[in-house]
Amino acid sequence: MQNSVEKYLRTEKLPHIWCAGCGNGIVLGAMVRAFEKMGCNQNNTVIVSGIGCSSRAAGYMDFNTLHTTHGRALAFATGIKMAKPGIDVFVIMGDGDAASIGGNHLIHAARRNIDLTAIIFNNQIYGMTGGQYSPLTPPGSIATTAPYHTIERNFDLPELARVAGATYVARGTTYHAAMLTNLITAGAAHKGFSLIEVVTACPVSFGRRNKMGGAYDMLMWQKKQAVSVEKAKSMTPEELQGKFVIGELYKGAAPEYTEVYDRLIEKAQGKSEEE
Amino acid sequence: MTEVIPLARLMQGNEAVAEGALAAGARFFAGYPITPSTEIAEILAKKLPAVGGKFIQMEDEISSMAAVIGASLVGLKSLTATSGPGFSLKQENLGFAALAEIPCVVVNVQRYGPSTGIPTATAQGDIMQARWGTHGDHPMIVLCPASVQESFTLTIQAFNLSERFRTPVVLLSEEIIGHSRERVVLPDLSEIKIINRKKPPAGLDRYCPYQADADGVPPMANFGEGYRYHVTGLIHDESGGPTTDPKKAESLINRLNNKIMDHLDEITMTESLMTEDAEIIIFAYGATARSAKSAVKKAREMGIKAGLFRPLTIWPFPAKEVAALCARANAIIVPELNLGQLIGEVERVAGLDTRVTGINRVSGEMIRPDEILDAIKTEVKVKKHAK
Ligand SMILES: Cc1ncc(C[n+]2csc(CCOP(=O)(O)OP(=O)(O)O)c2C)c(N)n1
Repeated sequence: MQNSVEKYLRTEKLPHIWCAGCGNGIVLGAMVRAFEKMGCNQNNTVIVSGIGCSSRAAGYMDFNTLHTTHGRALAFATGIKMAKPGIDVFVIMGDGDAASIGGNHLIHAARRNIDLTAIIFNNQIYGMTGGQYSPLTPPGSIATTAPYHTIERNFDLPELARVAGATYVARGTTYHAAMLTNLITAGAAHKGFSLIEVVTACPVSFGRRNKMGGAYDMLMWQKKQAVSVEKAKSMTPEELQGKFVIGELYKGAAPEYTEVYDRLIEKAQGKSEEE
Repeated sequence: MTEVIPLARLMQGNEAVAEGALAAGARFFAGYPITPSTEIAEILAKKLPAVGGKFIQMEDEISSMAAVIGASLVGLKSLTATSGPGFSLKQENLGFAALAEIPCVVVNVQRYGPSTGIPTATAQGDIMQARWGTHGDHPMIVLCPASVQESFTLTIQAFNLSERFRTPVVLLSEEIIGHSRERVVLPDLSEIKIINRKKPPAGLDRYCPYQADADGVPPMANFGEGYRYHVTGLIHDESGGPTTDPKKAESLINRLNNKIMDHLDEITMTESLMTEDAEIIIFAYGATARSAKSAVKKAREMGIKAGLFRPLTIWPFPAKEVAALCARANAIIVPELNLGQLIGEVERVAGLDTRVTGINRVSGEMIRPDEILDAIKTEVKVKKHAK
């Protein structure tokens, strides 16, 4: 296994920049295992990322990699996919990146149902800038910009993406790493906009301030709080309070953006009367 | 018999930009509607798919600029079009394109500002934003058309320069040019010179995306062509990987500047009218140069030695050309539809020996030829007094 996934990494760029105990490496591991499983063509795959600790993952992978501006990864990715629909595109974002500064691009990429696989590293905090709250920080948390506690409600990102029009929506954790590989593989295989939220740990900027313990304890927290889709079905809203559901949350079908545009080209060129 | 000119048409400035983009080989547009640039998007929404190209209306100008960069990276010549407020929103990603060396064209049809201003009134208020709108130091190539015909030719030139130097290029039009209709003669496509980005040779063992040739420009492989590499807005080394090494940082920023400043002969375009013996020179760009031209002609009829110098490339500023003018002329008059932006550059180059005065208007109206003529006459008087 070790050797077979190594070819997806730029080993000369390691060691990575992440702190000891950071979950980002586990997500990166799940991604390369998913690539191995899919038998991915590196030359024909683009990995786009935003700005944040998590977005540095792109640079460690041996693909066509594009590390963009904060929040804008999906917009760059939209240009790439639109210009060359035959290319497979993965998009890596942090929770602040995707849900705050990039929130508008997220809902519009979902609405277009453009064939991209978005992987959101949700460490519930702004890691790179040292622990400010994000739109995914649970209310009542301590952050450097919430010294008393956060008073804002957090997004349910998969739910947001689903109602915006995403056709594949899933949530995983770094504790359930094998499941995560499967979710990424399924998201990539799905035609349309796929979003996979990954609950991951930032012991330094989130765990420490919120008395969650170290890296190990935060993984155990993920294990304890996560409820599978199947199990959640038989639970009451009260029982689900404070928990989060993991697994494949939604799979639907809708016309994919670049395919629809290709038909529009045919129409514009007088080759079809469609649409 | 009437002369038959093939392809002569009545055309709007914005339409000429769209036609110029298509002629240059542009096959991707991403944008967000804003007066007075919207026609460019509307025309390309129709024409791009007809030639197999792609048009997308994005959710805002930030994402439009991002999508344009993405599309260029996979090999499509790409552009966006906007006006003041949208131009401000594009700045962060425009800086990304400059640092990551991604060719693309940004059209800014200037309108009256600041803020929402007067959306339908003309202006030349973005001269400095076009040069210094992003953060950090990087060169910018900015072209200013003065007519509908030039909107066509300079759009092609903008693409050529962006491909030649792997850099974003700004076409700075104005409401009055974008919305004017004039006679245009479109050249035969076979007569148009098209420059495409320099590619690395096939079959390299290792492609270094930011290793420049002697001209300072690195060959560019498109994503998906087999050379896998990293592109980032972080300061990077020749491999594309991030670095904070002071030497590497400095050499990158210097190279970005030098690749432009070492090739001014390929970039600088200017037009001179009766400047050889001129004592008074009007330095004017864009639509204002139209008024200046007729003022200069009238001044000559009155026996005043006036001339017009018009930069089509306003950035990099044509310092060498302006210095040559200053060596000959006594006075330079700079009419601008702002409170004095490019005049600062003229003054910098002119030094103390040449009088530089501005004619400025911020009413949303043009500066009229007679106003420029009056300024010329004033200079004649000043000169007499000086003697
Ligand atoms: C336009 C802009 N605003 C702010 C920043 C500063 N900044 C860098 S990363 C970041 C947040 C990172 O948090 P997140 O997206 O959750 O990713 P993480 O680092 O936790 O992986 C911010 C605010 C920036 N780089 N660009």
